[in-house]
Amino acid sequence: MVKKVKLHDLCCANCAAKIEDKVAKIKGVGSVTVNFLTEKMILDVEEEKFEVIKVEIEKIVHKIEPDVEIEYL
Amino acid sequence: MKKDIAVIVSGAVLLIAAMLMPDTLSVVKLILFIAAFAVSAFDVLISAVKGITKGNIFNENTLMVVAAIGAFCIREYPEAVFVMLFYRVGELFEEYAVKKSRKSISDVMNICPEYANVVRDGQIQKIDPDEVQIGELISIAAGEKVPLDGIVESGSSFVDTSALTGESVPRPVAVGEEILSGCINQNGVLTVRVTKSFEDSTVSRILDLVETASAKKSKSEKFITKFAKYYTPIVLALALLLAVLPPLLIEGATFRDYVYRALSFLVVSCPCALVISVPLAFFGGIGGAAKKGILVKGGSYLESLSQAENAVFDKTGTLTKGVFAVREVHPVGMTADELLETAATAESISSHPIAQSLREACKTPVSSDRIESAEEIAGHGVSAKIDGKNVLVGNGRLMESGQIPYEKADGGTVVYTAIDGVFAGSIVIADEIKADAKTLAGTLRQCGLKKTVMLTGDTKETAERVAKELGFDAVYSELLPGDKVSKLEEVMANASQRGKTIYVGDGINDAPVLARADVGIAMGALGSDAAIEAADVVIMTDEPSKIGTAVTIAKKTMRIAKENIILSLVIKIAILILCSLNVVGMGVAVFGDVGVMVLAVLNSFRALSGKE
Repeated sequence: MVKKVKLHDLCCANCAAKIEDKVAKIKGVGSVTVNFLTEKMILDVEEEKFEVIKVEIEKIVHKIEPDVEIEYL
Repeated sequence: MKKDIAVIVSGAVLLIAAMLMPDTLSVVKLILFIAAFAVSAFDVLISAVKGITKGNIFNENTLMVVAAIGAFCIREYPEAVFVMLFYRVGELFEEYAVKKSRKSISDVMNICPEYANVVRDGQIQKIDPDEVQIGELISIAAGEKVPLDGIVESGSSFVDTSALTGESVPRPVAVGEEILSGCINQNGVLTVRVTKSFEDSTVSRILDLVETASAKKSKSEKFITKFAKYYTPIVLALALLLAVLPPLLIEGATFRDYVYRALSFLVVSCPCALVISVPLAFFGGIGGAAKKGILVKGGSYLESLSQAENAVFDKTGTLTKGVFAVREVHPVGMTADELLETAATAESISSHPIAQSLREACKTPVSSDRIESAEEIAGHGVSAKIDGKNVLVGNGRLMESGQIPYEKADGGTVVYTAIDGVFAGSIVIADEIKADAKTLAGTLRQCGLKKTVMLTGDTKETAERVAKELGFDAVYSELLPGDKVSKLEEVMANASQRGKTIYVGDGINDAPVLARADVGIAMGALGSDAAIEAADVVIMTDEPSKIGTAVTIAKKTMRIAKENIILSLVIKIAILILCSLNVVGMGVAVFGDVGVMVLAVLNSFRALSGKE
């Protein structure tokens, strides 16, 4: 299942790369890309694990960029 | 933004005041420096602390703060404040540049309709296109975007398809015709019956494609992300060595001096400019191509396109229009119109495509009432009795079997006609070469491609004629659909190691060939889901010249990506060397961080502009 996530106020390119790297390691996440310019993360996840994955994503994003606001599209 | 400027200005004022303060008032001077530092560093410090409490120690902000505080501790007060001020100014520029490129990208993607005027219970309601159901009627006024794909129920107009195709000539639409979302209605009110949900509509599919394009990463993109991962630890390790080793090993070298140099290293250690350099260029290139009606599904395909060595084309529908039409009429003893009419009337009993193109070429509608009797002779043509005359219409074999002397013609499929045993002329029916295909081979050669190849299921004669006219290097004819893949593989096997092979087809019945090529390009794909699905690059119009444009954009994008890599690496390394020799101080080091980033962002704009 492909999910789109908007990362508002994503402000550093390296942070985007770090987020991508870490999220890719979550169990149940297939492929993931963070596009710094569109501020979007597009990821392929196992549907039934999505709620757990969401929590993980939140942790990772806020660890790397505390001021980013996450919005699931 | 305003707050940032206020901070920078007040920080700068305090710094100047501190520097102007005579040394005799050392306490006041120090207090002013501390105040200047506090003002300019406060926000960065907060972000750094936030990062650290979340366990993210080596972020850009902590490195800057450590560098600045370090400078303060070794009593380089003005430098400490400078670093913070420059960093803030740089961030401001960076934010502006990023915002600007985000804006120009969203402008390219500004084809998404915001609302739909749906007709419910006889009234027009303005709602989100997402909420419109299939089968509902929507009304589109002049100047509005078509929100969903559908069939025109009433009204006629011209629509501007440039957002989808890059084509500026408006296209007429009338009742019963399909209309695609993302077009702009130019005049007249249209009522459209929706045939696809918003999610499946053309505009959503295209946006989706361009947005997710970054998912397919190019080699250079992977390289630079990997490099960036090692870059920071290496620079930090070097900084540590620089601070400790020289003072221990070199006589007269002081810790204070070398710690300062090491702190400058910290400032340059952020890899942001490196990380952004390549994807930004690719994203610009993909956006610039989209503006011209060329959808590239990923950075890796741009990379392959730029290394293209062979271009393989399907003939029918790609290089030619794929429509058979009368090209030449050679009458004998009658006018061209009379010959056409006679041939078309005789052939009117046939459903063969040739009969159809004859009918279409006639100025007056063909009536089968004039036929007294008619008979189709398989593999030869038609024998008919029209207005009391015996008419034979067919190929050369038909003439030969009737022992009628005739003049041979070529250039396509030839239809000969004889009336009462006397040859009356010939009609040449052929597929038409697209106007802009003629310069294609030359353009591709200019782009550095080595070989242009044409594949077709058509006869050898026709294939070679078309290939010669277009200036192609090689042609393979009379191929069955399965043969195309093996011929493509043959071309690929003969290519050099790094040389890529592109295949261009209509995307409808050549999906396996598209998939096999390094870059599969589908043409004339507007509205064809199958083609969009199968290809790596999708050309929305049916102009083969766009292949040249695509290769040019790809090359330009790669050039910009390389420039960005070299630019950011060279500047960073140069600044590191100069810092270690103490030629430049922290102020310049800040440029090595934010300045390089801004340069990379600005350079990538050029990829988006789409100019050649």
